[in-house]
Amino acid sequence: MNVPEDLLYTETHEWIRREGDKVRVGITDHAQSELTDVVYVELPKMDRQANAKEAIAVVESVKAASDIYAPVKGTVVEVNKALEADPGLINREPYGQGWIFVLKIDNPDDLKQLKDAAAYRAVIRG
Amino acid sequence: MSETVQKTTPLYEEHVRRGAKIIPFGGWLMPVQYTSIVGEHQAVRNNVGIFDISHMGQLIVSGPAAGKWLNTMLTNNTDKLGVGQGQYTFLLSEDGGIIDDLIVYRIEKGEFLLVVNAARTDEDFAWLDRHRPTDVDLKNRSADFGGVAIQGPRVAQLFHALFGEDVDLPARNHIVDLGLDGAKVSVARTGYTGEDGVEVFFHTKDAVKFWNAVLEKGEPFGIKPCGLGARDTLRLEVCYPLNGSDLSPERNPIEAGLGFFVDLTKPKFIGREALLKTKENGSPEKLVAFRMQAKGPPPRPHYLVFENGERIGEVTSGTLSPSLNYGIGMAYVSAPHTKIGAQIDIEIRGQKFPAIIEKKPLYKKS
Repeated sequence: MNVPEDLLYTETHEWIRREGDKVRVGITDHAQSELTDVVYVELPKMDRQANAKEAIAVVESVKAASDIYAPVKGTVVEVNKALEADPGLINREPYGQGWIFVLKIDNPDDLKQLKDAAAYRAVIRG
Repeated sequence: MSETVQKTTPLYEEHVRRGAKIIPFGGWLMPVQYTSIVGEHQAVRNNVGIFDISHMGQLIVSGPAAGKWLNTMLTNNTDKLGVGQGQYTFLLSEDGGIIDDLIVYRIEKGEFLLVVNAARTDEDFAWLDRHRPTDVDLKNRSADFGGVAIQGPRVAQLFHALFGEDVDLPARNHIVDLGLDGAKVSVARTGYTGEDGVEVFFHTKDAVKFWNAVLEKGEPFGIKPCGLGARDTLRLEVCYPLNGSDLSPERNPIEAGLGFFVDLTKPKFIGREALLKTKENGSPEKLVAFRMQAKGPPPRPHYLVFENGERIGEVTSGTLSPSLNYGIGMAYVSAPHTKIGAQIDIEIRGQKFPAIIEKKPLYKKS
C-alpha cells in the first residue's frame, strides 16, 4: 500500500497535507482499498467548525458507510465538489484528486499529535 | 464469549493467491471482492463470472420414504420433482417463521440434495434430524463437498467449452452429473444473480482443479472471479431475498412475498397452519422493493422508512445498484403502505430522502 513520506496520518486512516495555515484531508490508499468502490461522499458543510476526531464527512462504498474525521481542530474552508459527480476519484487517486476537504487549523501545534508515514505503516500492519 | 474459528473453503488458498479481499461471513472466511465489486457485477451482467459457494451447506436425504417425509418439512411440493429437478423452497418452524430458504433437488428417485445457507446448515440439520423417521436417512456432506456458481449471459458458451459441444446444458432448475478430467461434478441450472447460470457441486478434492479450469476456459468469454460483494448487489437488483436480512425466524414466506414457493394445497407441512392464518388475516407487514428517486447516499439495512412523516417500516437490504446507478433496497413496510408507485422516504443520518415503491424485480434485462 502506498503511504507517501510527505504526509501526516491518523489512525482512522485520514491523510493530512499541510498547506500553510491549512490542511488538505483525504483517506489513505489502504482505507480506499478496504472500503472498496466508493459510490457516495457526504461532504462537510463549508465554514463548519470541527474538533479533532469529530466525524464531519461520510464515505459510502457499495458495502458500507464510513465516517471521516477532522484530524485536528479547525474550520472547513474548501470541499471537493468533484466527488459528488465522481466519488470513484477516492479509489483512483486517494492522495490526489480524491481529497475530501480543507481545514483552516486553529493551532499548528495540534499537528504534532498526528502520525508520520512510518507510524501509520505500523498501524495498517496491525 | 468463546472465540469463533472461521472456516475456510477448499478454494480459500486460490482466493488469497489471486489477491481477493477476505472477510468473515456466516462463520466462513470468504472473498468479498477480487478487484472491484462494481467490475465483478458488470462481468456477470455482461459476460460471465464465477463465485465460490463452497460455504453453502449440502444435505442428503434418502430412503424409500424420503420424498413423502420431506414434503411435510418443506413448503414447496417435492412430489412435483422428477429425478434431476430442483425447486426453491422453505424450511419453517411451527409458527411459520423461516428457518432457512434453500433449493431441493431430487437426484435419485429416493434421494434428495438440499443446498442450504452456510450459517444455517447446522440448525437445518438438527431440525430435520429431530423430525426424521427411522426409515429416512439424513447426511450432512458439507465438509466433503464444495461448489461454484458460474453466472452470466455467456455461461452456455463456457459450459460447452468445458464439457464439450455435444453435451446439453441442463434445463432451468434441472441438475445433471457430468465428468470433467476424471472428476464427477453435478451441474444445476440455478443461480442467485438474475442471469442465466449454473451452480456446480463437486468433491472438495476436485475444487481447485475445477475452479482453475473454469477460469482458464472462461478467459475468452471475459470471465472474472467474483466475491460476495457482487453476489449481494446482483441478487438485490433482482430482489432475491438474503437469509438473515430479508428472511428470518420472525418472518414468514407470505410476508416476504414468496407465497409462490409455498403449496398450501398440501395437506400437511410444518408451518402450514400459521401460513393459512396469515393468508386469512393478511400479514401486517410486507417486503417491498424500492428505488431512491435521486442520486444520494445508498440505503442500508435498518434505515427507517416513512410516508408523509409517519414511520411505516424498516429497510432490510440496500445498496447502490451498479446496473441502475441508483440506490435500491427492500424493506418491510406496514401493509396499507405497500402500493407500487407509492412515494416513501428513507431516513439516512437524520435526513429523509425520497424513494418510490417499485415492482420486483428492480432490474430487468433489456
